[in-house]
Amino acid sequence: MNDAASATDVPTQVPLVDYLVLGDEPHLQAQECMECGARYFDRRNACAACFANSFTTVTIPNEGILRSFTIVAHAAPGVKTPFVAGVVDCGGTSVRGNVINTEPDPEHVTLGMNVKLATYSLGTDDRGTEAIGFGYEPA
Amino acid sequence: MSASDDIWILGIHMTKFGKHRDKDTVDLGAEAIIGALDDGGVTMADMGILAAGNLMGSGSIGQQLQKQVGQTGIPVYNVSNACATGATALRTAIMAVKAGETKMGLAVGVEKLAGAGLLGAGGKSKSDEKVYEPSGRFGAVENVDGRIGTATMPGVFAQVGMEYGHKYGGASFELFAQISEKNHGHSTLNPLAAYTKAMSTEEIMNDIMIAYPNTRPMCSANCDGAAAAVVTNGETLKTLSLEQQRRAVKVSASVLTSDPYQEACQVLPDVNTLTRNAANQAYEQAGVGPQDLDLVELHDCFATAELVHYDNLMLCDEGGAVDFFQSGAPHRDGRLPVNVSGGLQSKGHPISATGIANIWEVCQHLRNEGGPRQIEGAKVGLAHVIGLASACGVHVLERSALATAA
Repeated sequence: MNDAASATDVPTQVPLVDYLVLGDEPHLQAQECMECGARYFDRRNACAACFANSFTTVTIPNEGILRSFTIVAHAAPGVKTPFVAGVVDCGGTSVRGNVINTEPDPEHVTLGMNVKLATYSLGTDDRGTEAIGFGYEPA
Repeated sequence: MSASDDIWILGIHMTKFGKHRDKDTVDLGAEAIIGALDDGGVTMADMGILAAGNLMGSGSIGQQLQKQVGQTGIPVYNVSNACATGATALRTAIMAVKAGETKMGLAVGVEKLAGAGLLGAGGKSKSDEKVYEPSGRFGAVENVDGRIGTATMPGVFAQVGMEYGHKYGGASFELFAQISEKNHGHSTLNPLAAYTKAMSTEEIMNDIMIAYPNTRPMCSANCDGAAAAVVTNGETLKTLSLEQQRRAVKVSASVLTSDPYQEACQVLPDVNTLTRNAANQAYEQAGVGPQDLDLVELHDCFATAELVHYDNLMLCDEGGAVDFFQSGAPHRDGRLPVNVSGGLQSKGHPISATGIANIWEVCQHLRNEGGPRQIEGAKVGLAHVIGLASACGVHVLERSALATAA
């Protein structure tokens, strides 16, 4: 998965979640049911739509439109606010993600706006591994 | 006249919602149970089943309540179904009566929630050494709340309302605030509501922002409260006094659904499909349509949620929720009053009590006991709750034919 993994003395990167693929062209991937085509981002036991249990990995387009959002001002302890949480329609697959790299207000974030995937650093752990997160920025 | 296997609410009670500093969960639940039994003119000796809901407690709320109100050895079902817990308890009692296992059943929902803060907020515990290690179903190396969307309820339901706006248009911050203004206005006539203060749209919009477009008064109020109901069948009801028969409220439909798979339903909870499914089943069971309803208590856990449920319960044409609201229909003097109790935004939302308390509200009107907030001539009402992940309860209630004659 990770090119830097072989060189243990070089700080490596890990994705925030396992469905974020890092590298030259970061993107999301989904588990697609081989029977009905339903797509999921989590570890699966079976398909919630058709009960089959064979899945294939598919690439999710990086571009999409913002189908819904909220600007969270009050969140759980330790969660930085404000932030924009939203749902992005990426070519027919709905993705949960934050809208980033823009002002978190209703003037800059609007329903139906075009967005594209962007990554950012969450920081480095005590072993030198950097975690990379993703969000969607105005396209 | 009624069939012998019809289901009736014989007695029902809700406590005042709000802060009950001197009462614990058992006190509140017991108050609701004793109130419901008294209201129905029966005792614990008549009950053949107890279904009890409480989310924040230790588990065996039903047995704890029995120890205070009457240990008769009947089966107890402790149920848990998020915000639909109360409706689930009621439905459990109804199923037992319907199945012929008992002639009367008791359902109770109780919660101590005052000062609980944001619901849905989790978090990862911190260890001494910070090491990124994948865990959970997303293989996450850090808490995803706030990084990949939001887990808190005001934000989740904000997106539910905004998504409706994206689909059909017209859903502005101001419109959502106006929905809240309606409910806060309604609450001034409900002495059992946690908050009974009217608020202007401007006041609501300028209040503390929680998750745009939901400000604080547009969010359901965490509070303490309980509600309980006694149910029986038509055959048993016929053996009771005329007064009991007159005040009994017919349960024309009792439905519980979960969410069927839809694209995106595991990304943002789909509160729409299961509500529409429940409503369709309920209307069919009851043999009534939305046009026959005189009042509706629906699950306005946030102002953004009320809008979508006008549509999901088919109180308006598909996509017509904004127009429905703007026509004035859901105001208490409108064509189809919605949440005349003040709704969850002002009455409060002690989670497990809510699914029975909304039925209590409808019963008050059907019995012509609504006092200053009575909807005149109410014959048919609908009560709706939804809990995330998801569970939806819909009950259609009808005034007794004997009450009409009286």
